[in-house]
Amino acid sequence: MSTIDVWFGPVPAATLPTATSDIVGWGALAVSLAFVGVAVAVAAEQRLALGGPIITAVSRSLVQMTLVGLALVPIVDPTTPMYWSWMWVAAIVVMAALTTARRVPAVPGAFWVALITVTIVAAVGLGLLFGLQIFELNGRTLVPVTGMLVGNAMKTTIVAATRVTEIVADQRDEIEAAMALGLSVRAASRRLVRSAVRTAISPQVEQTAALGIVVLPGTMTGLILAGVEPLEAVRVQLALMYVILAGVVTAGTLMALGTVDRLTTGDQRLRTVRRGR
Amino acid sequence: MNGSPAPEVLFRLEGVSLVSDGSPVLIGVDLELPAAGLTVLVGESGAGKSSLLRCLNMLDVPTSGEISFRGRRLSTMDPLVHRRSCAMVFQRPVVFAGTVLDNLHVADPDLSVDQARLSLARVGLREDLIEREADKLSGGEAQRLVTARALVTSPAVLLADEPTSALDRTATAEVESLLRTLVDDGLPVILVTHDLAQVRRIADRVVVMGSGRMLGTGAIGDPDLDSLLCGLGDSGSRG
Repeated sequence: MSTIDVWFGPVPAATLPTATSDIVGWGALAVSLAFVGVAVAVAAEQRLALGGPIITAVSRSLVQMTLVGLALVPIVDPTTPMYWSWMWVAAIVVMAALTTARRVPAVPGAFWVALITVTIVAAVGLGLLFGLQIFELNGRTLVPVTGMLVGNAMKTTIVAATRVTEIVADQRDEIEAAMALGLSVRAASRRLVRSAVRTAISPQVEQTAALGIVVLPGTMTGLILAGVEPLEAVRVQLALMYVILAGVVTAGTLMALGTVDRLTTGDQRLRTVRRGR
Repeated sequence: MNGSPAPEVLFRLEGVSLVSDGSPVLIGVDLELPAAGLTVLVGESGAGKSSLLRCLNMLDVPTSGEISFRGRRLSTMDPLVHRRSCAMVFQRPVVFAGTVLDNLHVADPDLSVDQARLSLARVGLREDLIEREADKLSGGEAQRLVTARALVTSPAVLLADEPTSALDRTATAEVESLLRTLVDDGLPVILVTHDLAQVRRIADRVVVMGSGRMLGTGAIGDPDLDSLLCGLGDSGSRG
């Protein structure tokens, strides 16, 4: 049985949930929200000043995910033309670039760097996953897989761009000392940029290393819940994780180098950068 | 202002102004810096001395006006090439990660160990320090290492931005002696300082700056210059 068969093949009816509400009912969702209330209370007691951000994040996720769920209904419908799914993919890529650029307002043109980076990651990642037929290309798979790929890449682009910006602000002396020896900005900042890339990609590397021990990832869990044999589910999950890891490394490297370039003037000087958003 | 023949001009500044964050840092500076001797830029904090030095190295670019180096306008030159001709050391000696040799290799990856030892000897550092971790050096040793590193590029001039301000008296004397030796070996040095006693100890020629302007220039002993220096001392500069 191929992995495509695993993903799309018939699953014993007895093991399939009959509806979303069979997995997580609205009542269960309300209970999980109550735990958020506990987290807010703990944060308030510890004076962490995180109550507002937590409530905002939860509210946004509730609204956004509900809207996404509603919007996905026609997308996954087999009768819906595929170009709607591709438009959604484009929107995901643009939103990821916008989100990254908003985090580093001091970097001119960060949006374009992030857009190129995320587009490359999405194109290569989707090409691999669908080209190698790990997933069958249709509306049901394209949007969620893109979300996973680009979501992970976006976390990395944000950290990479932010760290490079902080480094240029905080360790300007070291970079300019090397520039004064005739090194280009990119060469002068190479060691520091490497550390930024490491910081950006290490969570994904750690997560990959912890797979199966600490982390039971979502795709595999979902497949097993849907009645697929665990080993088959593992194969799908591993293929996905490896592509995500490659995408994260690519995204971190491209974004860090692109950020350095955007902080370099045409005559090889460093732009003035101040720390903070 | 003295009677000796004027030396070749290394840098010529014409109406150089620099605005940073909306504030004027340099205002219409006209100046010629000679290709010999030890020229000191002196002035109070905020006078624009360091900014002027950064413009000479092309780490900053004037908002208006023109700087020429050996008759060529900096605006027409490749900054990476120019910076190797105008070595610069900073107030805080920045050593890179790794050994002393690693630091020298940043300036020239092809530098042999023997050449590296000669570079260290030139600045008065013991050759056996070559494998020492650079961040384990004392302040004075670190300043001499960054000077050696800068000299690896065989520059035409050494720009030094308050290289002794973070050093104790002994290390300051060592660095001053090193600068004098380099000048005597034929390398022109342009030094920024606000230490008037240091100016009197080592300067061949002095440029006095204040509030972004060039206030005067001359040699130690010149009455006009002495009155300018006394003015700096009266206004609270370190002596």
